[in-house]
Amino acid sequence: MEYVISVLLSGVSVGGQYALIAIGYTLVYGILRLINFAHGDVFMVAGLMGIYLTASLPISLSLPLVIILTVVLGFTIERVAYKPLREAPRMSVMISAIGVSYLLQNTATYVTGGQPMTYPSIPFLSGTVNLAGTQTKWVVIITPFLVLGLVLALSVLINKTKVGMAMRAVSKDFETSRLMGIRINSVISVTFIIGSALAAVGSILFFTNYPAITPMSGAMPGLKAFVAAVFGGIGSIPGAVIGAFLIGICETIIKGLPSSWDVSVFSDAFTFALLIVILVFKPQGLFGEAATDKV
Amino acid sequence: MKKSKNYIPALTGITALLLFVVLLENISSIIPGLPSVFDPTSPLFTVLKKAAVYSLVAVSMNLLNGFTGLFSLGQAGFMLLGAYTYAILTVPAAQKDQVYYLFGGCAFDFSIVDMFEGIFGSGGAGGAFSMILGVLIALILAGCVAGFFAFLIGFPVLRLKSDYLAIATLGFAEILRAIFQWQKLGPITNGANMIKGFPTFSSFNITDASGNVIVRLSTFVPFLITSLCILLIVLLIHSSYGRAFMAIRDDEVAAEAMGVALFRHKTLSFVISSFFAGVGGALFAMYVANAQAKAFTSTMTYEILLIVVIGGIGSVSGSVLATFLYVACSEWWLRFLDSELYFGNFKVPLLRNGFRMVVFSVVIMIIVLFFSQGIMGNREISFKAFRKGKNKQ
Repeated sequence: MEYVISVLLSGVSVGGQYALIAIGYTLVYGILRLINFAHGDVFMVAGLMGIYLTASLPISLSLPLVIILTVVLGFTIERVAYKPLREAPRMSVMISAIGVSYLLQNTATYVTGGQPMTYPSIPFLSGTVNLAGTQTKWVVIITPFLVLGLVLALSVLINKTKVGMAMRAVSKDFETSRLMGIRINSVISVTFIIGSALAAVGSILFFTNYPAITPMSGAMPGLKAFVAAVFGGIGSIPGAVIGAFLIGICETIIKGLPSSWDVSVFSDAFTFALLIVILVFKPQGLFGEAATDKV
Repeated sequence: MKKSKNYIPALTGITALLLFVVLLENISSIIPGLPSVFDPTSPLFTVLKKAAVYSLVAVSMNLLNGFTGLFSLGQAGFMLLGAYTYAILTVPAAQKDQVYYLFGGCAFDFSIVDMFEGIFGSGGAGGAFSMILGVLIALILAGCVAGFFAFLIGFPVLRLKSDYLAIATLGFAEILRAIFQWQKLGPITNGANMIKGFPTFSSFNITDASGNVIVRLSTFVPFLITSLCILLIVLLIHSSYGRAFMAIRDDEVAAEAMGVALFRHKTLSFVISSFFAGVGGALFAMYVANAQAKAFTSTMTYEILLIVVIGGIGSVSGSVLATFLYVACSEWWLRFLDSELYFGNFKVPLLRNGFRMVVFSVVIMIIVLFFSQGIMGNREISFKAFRKGKNKQ
């Protein structure tokens, strides 16, 4: 029983961390129709920045700085690598995203020397707590609430503010909203800023719970978060969050199954199997709108 | 037919290239005292071998992405299938217990090479013949297994559009990688451990009785197989199927309206591309002399995709050219960026392990952003083009 609770708890927490990344994917895809392959690596770079900044600055200063720098990184990537290709075929932008991902991974390898880096323990978040007879870190408890809070704030931003209205308009119809006088480029920048900020928060939560960061640590959470976004219906924020929680829970359950079954290698594969099943049977996801092709 | 004449110069070109490779490999033993670049251990031959292998995979990816317009990122998965099929089928039975020691031997207790050795004898010419035949059949089977899986996965996946197809095939490759690392399949795949002991490129070197190499063929072999495969792909592209593929790429709806059976042609292209990716994977296993699921990550697919982009999406010769440039830069010409460099007491800044890949990725980004056509665009290097160029002058 205690084991089940601890597995579920960590599943919810991993799910929450995926949710924060998945929002970045779903927002960008909703507006640009681009799978931002570099998003997972932005997440990884945020983790590395956390390590380097906390080494020289106090925590209270370094964590906000991590978020700010990640936002700057996300913004720069969009301006440098995606904006020049606005009129190019969609595949070129995706290739550019893959190129950025390659660049970030290689730069991270260069900076860290390819060694796994240990994430600093952040006071309070790394502290342990006793819940229903199981030892767990505070971060596990806090993550779902923090995620829900951030998602609520985000939905207020999207549904109540002017920027949010512009974002919704752009995701509905790129060309028409441009004709209506919406500044496409600033809306896209805002999207990337929100996505990167959430990824930075996600990285702080995620890596507190993990022993080390390698240059490749961003790729897999990134892909999983993308699957979560597809599962929930790409473009839909509640969908992405629900999908992420579901994937996080399933993944930890698979990892927690008896070791004699030896199925833990499939914790990653499961996500992709889920993806293929969804794409085949319900391509628009749980909450997505079915797209129709006009000839 | 008037058209078939066009292939004569191409065939002559390929034959000349192959002969040149054999000569290059053996020149250091014919003429002593040449610069060390021509030594059999020099990076030149590593580059040539690796590039030959990669160019086949790049061209197979280009067939799918560039000529059929199906953006697939499953190449590493199909390479993995090919590599394992080849490895499992060719590890000599005598070595299987040793390779699979963790699992108490392999479930497939035979090897194609052994089988032919039983027929033709294991020594001298008979042994050589059975190895060549065995490797050849194993390569074809490697392709067939990859093609078969492509056929299976194609049913659900090929109905998806552009980026969804990309992510689904990427996911498929990741699933395969997990399955092949599953300890329960250990008796077949050797779990997460590598399979080795199968014939590699250097097994093709002709040796005398005491094991000294007389004629080196270890670079020639990948060149030969790759050129044959690429030739087949080029013939396919120029056939009516190839034209149907390009029609699908240019406008799916229009192609369908013109009577191109969309799904059938997409499946065909997917299966054929995966077949050659499987052969490429088997060649890759021969090149690194082991097969291990860990190597076939999505990073490998990205690498090949970037090669295709650099060469020009939709150009076979561009892909080949780009592969040789890419591999030469990453394995040889830019190696110096990875080691610290001193001029007297002055240490050149930034140079240390990993810098090469940073420079490399920056260059790739520049190509992707500013030269989106790549080296060749969708043109081809051909003898005709050379002749035309001459006439203009």
